Amino acid sequence: MIMTANVPKETMSEHNHAKKWYGHGLPYLSEKRLPGHLIAIEGTDGVGRSSQIALLRPWLELEGYAVSNTGWTRSPLLSETINEAKAGHQLTVTTFSLLYAADFADRLEHEILPALQAGFIVIADRYMYTAFARNVVMGADPRWTRDVFGVALQPNLVIYLDIDVETLIPRVVQGKGMDHWESGMHLMLGTNLFESFQRYQTHLIEEYRRLASEFGFITVDARQPIDDVQTELRSHIMQYLRTADPARNAAPHEEKSDTSVEEE
Amino acid sequence: MLLERWLRARGYPVIFTEWNSSRLVRRSMSRGKKKNLLTPTTFSLLHAVDFADRLTYQIMPPLQAGMLVLADRYAFTAFARDVARGVHPEWVRAVYSFALRPDLTLYFRVPIEISLERLLAGRAKLKYHEAGMDVGLSADPAQSFRIFQSRVLEFYDKLTREFELRTIDATGEIPEQQRMFRQIVQDVVLHDYDRERAKGNHVRTQPR
Repeated sequence: MIMTANVPKETMSEHNHAKKWYGHGLPYLSEKRLPGHLIAIEGTDGVGRSSQIALLRPWLELEGYAVSNTGWTRSPLLSETINEAKAGHQLTVTTFSLLYAADFADRLEHEILPALQAGFIVIADRYMYTAFARNVVMGADPRWTRDVFGVALQPNLVIYLDIDVETLIPRVVQGKGMDHWESGMHLMLGTNLFESFQRYQTHLIEEYRRLASEFGFITVDARQPIDDVQTELRSHIMQYLRTADPARNAAPHEEKSDTSVEEE
Repeated sequence: MLLERWLRARGYPVIFTEWNSSRLVRRSMSRGKKKNLLTPTTFSLLHAVDFADRLTYQIMPPLQAGMLVLADRYAFTAFARDVARGVHPEWVRAVYSFALRPDLTLYFRVPIEISLERLLAGRAKLKYHEAGMDVGLSADPAQSFRIFQSRVLEFYDKLTREFELRTIDATGEIPEQQRMFRQIVQDVVLHDYDRERAKGNHVRTQPR
């Protein structure tokens, strides 16, 4: 009755850069060919994901790739509901997880898959692993979370921006500040926001690191200056694209890509 | 409704809960339906959110307080309907694995033509999703309804074996259906309930 979601199943086409569904996928999907590339950037709140992604996009476009972005809780179907529910404090671990899964599925089917079908590079600002990490910290059954996300397509490349809580705290405080949810205040882990943030993020980072080894993420040290992180990201992405897309990179394009990686 | 009144009249504490009635996802659901944004997967997940929300706030507390909960549709509706829309049967069962198994599940079965007749007698036209128009089976709502609901019925028939649902033939007269309905509820649920209550165990503290 319960399926084993972590046994990946192959899709039909050979032009898929070895794309696999995480579980049963979407059986009703008619278009199986996904020539694009799916790159997920994972990492906790305040680690610098969005700044890094903002720098990746123009670079990839200059390299001649069509790029599409997608981010957690940005689906037109769910984002209002999620914000409202967060404001109302009536969520349980289960409803929270299912809302995120619905948001994810909506973006998967309306943004990610169409872009991949059209040959785009899709950069996902967080992917299902964020749900895996959070749900473990919130105390949901990890097996259940993974089953629910069985509809997901596995990314071609997952880059994890790693940080420690000590480095993270000043960044978040100086940035947008500590938020109720990102501090895990709903879990009542601490008596004050700061303590709660510290404990929640510590758990979360531990869990991300565990997932990184389980799923073979590429880990980039996000404590480095922003430009150094960007250079590392680009070299990993370029390395992936070279192996995934050899025909394309055999062209005169080759030299150009090397120089522009170094430029920024 | 009739059963609820009957149980109440006999002094049983009853709570009634209905499929797709929680406020939590109402906005997404109506937005999704109106703008036709729902896919089989998001349709399924939104209903699961609704169910999980009602399970926590409307179903579990009364059960823990020793009451009877009457649910108009349960996870089995998703197992039949969402699978007819195209989601994987194992996936939707896994999504609902947090659901409590009911003590008794009754399945009111009617042939397609009768349900079509009844629905159209009550209102002007079929709803887009109940006719399965989103699945793209036919441009004609009545025809689409027939094809889609036949699939749903087929899956329900399988579920009756998988989960031991008790089938009630819903083609007949309502008083006759009620008589059977009450008899089964009496035998399967109330019998045990009364015995426990007689022993003074009317408050069930542990969820089952």
